[in-house]
Amino acid sequence: MPTDSQKMPNNSPPLEFKSGSFSVPILILFTNDLKFIGQQLHEKVDLAPEFFKNSPLIFDVQELNKQSLDVDISALVIVIRQAGLLPTGIRGGNIPQNKIAVELFIPVYSAHSINITPTDSQKQKQKIIVPEPIVDVITTTTMITRPIRSGQRIYAAGDLVVLAQVSAGAEIMAEGNIHVYGSLRGRALAGVQGNVNARIFCSDLQAELISIAGNYKISDDMRDIVSKKFVQVYLQEHTLIIKDIE
Amino acid sequence: MTRIIVVTSGKGGVGKTTTSAAIAMGFAKKGHKTAVIDFDVGLRNLDLIMGCERRVVYDIVNVIYGEATLNQALIKDKHCENLYILPASQTRDKDALSQEGVGQILEELAAKDFKYIVCDSPAGIEKGAHLAMYFADDAFVVTNPEVASVRDSDRMLGILASKSRRAEQNLEPIKEYLLLTRYSPERVRIGEMLSVADVQDILSLHLLGVIPESKSVLTASNSGTPVILDEKSDAGQAYVDIVARYLGEDKPHRFIEEEKKGLFGKFFGSK
Ligand SMILES: Nc1ncnc2c1ncn2[C@@H]1O[C@H](COP(=O)(O)OP(=O)(O)OP(=O)(O)O)[C@@H](O)[C@H]1O
Ligand SMILES: [Mg+2]
Repeated sequence: MPTDSQKMPNNSPPLEFKSGSFSVPILILFTNDLKFIGQQLHEKVDLAPEFFKNSPLIFDVQELNKQSLDVDISALVIVIRQAGLLPTGIRGGNIPQNKIAVELFIPVYSAHSINITPTDSQKQKQKIIVPEPIVDVITTTTMITRPIRSGQRIYAAGDLVVLAQVSAGAEIMAEGNIHVYGSLRGRALAGVQGNVNARIFCSDLQAELISIAGNYKISDDMRDIVSKKFVQVYLQEHTLIIKDIE
Repeated sequence: MTRIIVVTSGKGGVGKTTTSAAIAMGFAKKGHKTAVIDFDVGLRNLDLIMGCERRVVYDIVNVIYGEATLNQALIKDKHCENLYILPASQTRDKDALSQEGVGQILEELAAKDFKYIVCDSPAGIEKGAHLAMYFADDAFVVTNPEVASVRDSDRMLGILASKSRRAEQNLEPIKEYLLLTRYSPERVRIGEMLSVADVQDILSLHLLGVIPESKSVLTASNSGTPVILDEKSDAGQAYVDIVARYLGEDKPHRFIEEEKKGLFGKFFGSK
């Protein structure tokens, strides 16, 4: 007797397939040095542990295969897991690599299954010279409507819009731009993955620290900034420029 | 519907217990069945302020460990029949409280038709403070007009917004109210204290009321009667206003400006 059927509500099907689409970070590898990859991943993850913890990740070995650099897939999977990430796919692998992936229950994606915008591929070309894994930029906007209080941290994978204040002792980070329509008294870091074109826009700049792509100013460097005025912050030849918005 | 109010601050000694006792009495006097719970396990102060320390037999920890029923532990207030006190233990430490145990007590109080449950939080952001705020619907953030207290309140607001039951279950967030206590307009004028406007600018929070620095608070706690019962005192009146405002009455703010001195004082008393 199928006693289990009694647990189901009347007539509703036991399961259903639906299609959905998700943004998943993609790790593009330019080196097969696993130790180096491990180090770099740990550094990235430490930047935003909450964001990366147990994050799914697709790794892309296309560039390695172009340069005939072989990589041990099962060892790579271990390195990624040790960094606290969950590998959920391989892209651009060759037949033996894909076979190993499937044995490890890791799905295989074809090299072109995920669109790459022109700017992204340009960025990749520049980056090929530097043998460092990069994570594709996810372009989404995170919107926060309540104050961000001392001790709170917010990480946005794309742009970050805050419609309230950011208290002293709070920290906001975005891979893209940051907009704050309230007093910015805490720390604001835009372009945290190295995007030098990221900007900070703010209606009242009283920050403890502002940073774009790692170039920063602390409050002592901003003493002559008038508060309660709309400003933007951008990077010009490694220097942060703070300018009024008329 | 029961409403759970946490009286919290982060910083110690700002007036949480004084406030908890006053507002619990205020709700009860308005005819609402009210319980006030001391979460400061190990210190136990609320029963002194409420003047029931000699009637404490069982406490919150006994209830959590099943050593007493909630009915046995609840102390009926001697001034007002709608008010009950659940004291803290003086002999156990903070780890004796558990989230599950606290949740059960609150549920049982709700089932007994309590309208307001006031949770007097200990200082800090550790376990006791966490449990006091975890189940809250409303938070009375008690702040003194000085930088350290304001900063700690801001920190506590972050915790309310991220670590409470309402935050974890994605429910409507806790309603937050600012109570500015031990306020002295005179000391604001000479620059020794932050003004109401300064504090509101830093915290951007709805101001429920200002309680002046007042000798009546000490007198009240020494005699074990919540200061709200001292209707002649400024602090007592401030708490009456706060209870009324919370319950939806429209009361203009008081105690923000210096008391008007006579003509002589106006011209010569201040610099
Ligand atoms: N409005 C006031 N005017 C004068 N003194 C006050 C006022 N409010 C509180 N106090 C005094 O401040 C001290 C601390 O008050 P209380 O115990 O209520 O603070 P608390 O925040 O509960 O402290 P703890 O963090 O230790 O639990 C007491 O001595 C009390 O009498
Ligand atoms: Mg106290």
